[in-house]
Amino acid sequence: MKAVIAVVKPFKLDDVKDALKGVGIQGMTVSEVQGFGRQRGHTEVYRGAEYTIDFVPKVRIEVLADDAEVLTVVDAIVNAARTGKIGDGKVWVTPVDSVVRIRTGEMGPDAL
Amino acid sequence: MGPTIDAGNTAWLLVSAALVLFMTPGLAFFYGGMVRSKNVLGMLMQNVFCMGLVSVLWAAVVFSLAFGKDHGGLIGDFSFTGLKGLADLHLALPGYTGALALSVPPLAFAAYQMMFAVITPALITGATADRMKFAGWAVFTGLWLVLVYAPVAHWVFSPTGWLFKRGALDFAGGTVVHINAGIAALACVLVLGKRRGWPGEAMPPHSLPLTLLGMGILWFGWFGFNAGSALAANGVAAKALMNTHLAAAAAMLGWLVVEKIKDGHATTLGAASGAVAGLVAITPCAGFVSGMVPIVIGAIAGAVCFLAIQLKFRFGYDDSLDVVGVHLVGGILGSLLLGLVAEKGFGGALSGGGWKLFGNQVLAVGATLVYSFVVSLVLAKVVDMVIGLRVSPDDEQQGLDLTQHAETAYSFGEFGSMGRIGA
Repeated sequence: MKAVIAVVKPFKLDDVKDALKGVGIQGMTVSEVQGFGRQRGHTEVYRGAEYTIDFVPKVRIEVLADDAEVLTVVDAIVNAARTGKIGDGKVWVTPVDSVVRIRTGEMGPDAL
Repeated sequence: MGPTIDAGNTAWLLVSAALVLFMTPGLAFFYGGMVRSKNVLGMLMQNVFCMGLVSVLWAAVVFSLAFGKDHGGLIGDFSFTGLKGLADLHLALPGYTGALALSVPPLAFAAYQMMFAVITPALITGATADRMKFAGWAVFTGLWLVLVYAPVAHWVFSPTGWLFKRGALDFAGGTVVHINAGIAALACVLVLGKRRGWPGEAMPPHSLPLTLLGMGILWFGWFGFNAGSALAANGVAAKALMNTHLAAAAAMLGWLVVEKIKDGHATTLGAASGAVAGLVAITPCAGFVSGMVPIVIGAIAGAVCFLAIQLKFRFGYDDSLDVVGVHLVGGILGSLLLGLVAEKGFGGALSGGGWKLFGNQVLAVGATLVYSFVVSLVLAKVVDMVIGLRVSPDDEQQGLDLTQHAETAYSFGEFGSMGRIGA
């Protein structure tokens, strides 16, 4: 099993969610996060005083997937989240040792 | 024997009193949006607290000191303490006789003037934002009202005051309210010192929508402030209302144009700040100018005040929300411009009225600046030594909301459950 983690532009969340549903993913966890990559931050001006804002708002999506479907899932996210402009975000995959569905106690791929 | 009470004039003055009162919560939101979220309740509290403290002191003694029987043109007496005798409709307040006779109940006048006293110290809180101890502010405000506001209001507003008698003009409080509060704010800031981290650390506004809402309330209330100062529902009031509105409108444009050229964007905070700068500058002039003059005053005020707020970085005083740049500079600008552009009948130099008025305006501005600055500085210093004017570094870091009032402005989500102690 793998965890697929994506950090994407907030306004792309709906597209990513629909794409994941489209490839059969049954659940995900979403959080509002802040950070920067090559896009860097932006500047704001209040009464002539300029501020640099280093961290820009992003959405972090976490999805658990079976080894066989990981590439499909990553492709779905990448295709849905891409605008082609700097700041589109990243997707990474890490191994997952075990998963338990709390309600039933099912473990492993059955719990996905 | 006093004059006859006029129903229309009385109705307008009563409504105006309510409008001016509404400006104080408006100011609270205007400032509150500009501070960081950990200090917003502290800011709101320092403002609305004036509605409590100042009102009680006003009725008890300050109205009498400002408008009671004159002593040497400098201060009133104690004849109206506790609003004594003001319910008598035939009472003529000292100086309000002949052409100046009031056609409203003395209590309506006292209530209307009370609202000016409420908002004037509240204006100072913008400069001292984020670091003033609530107890220090409370004591300072009470003493400042008696020692600074009462005499300056007497000099300028009361027909028996020395500046009024010399012929200095202040329609609705350019000197008494804006210069007075603006220079006192500078004095407080000098005693308090800079906020920790200023100017290097970012201290951006936490909610500009609140600031814009506050600006709207201020603009709305300012019609009572300026047009109400006609003390009658007549042509002067109509003129003052139109002038007030046009000056705010033009000042918003003036600020935005300069801001766009200098910083690249026209901002919402700029629009709000420009409008307030225009309202400040037209305040002393409202009933004494006409035609397109308020637009000129407003446009100049918007541009000049935008540039004036940069002074704090040049000179290193932490006037947090630009009370000096907007109220002091705008108030001086309006009061001095009045000497130039007042209608001829009022003596404006450029209208062919000679230079006497301008000289009196300079005198009124100078006298207010010097007196208010010196007394405010000493007062702030004394309060600082006796009970402390500034919060501790830890409290400043944590924010005024929690440390001064044991409250939090915004509660997000259901996490971090709150349990009741002692239930």
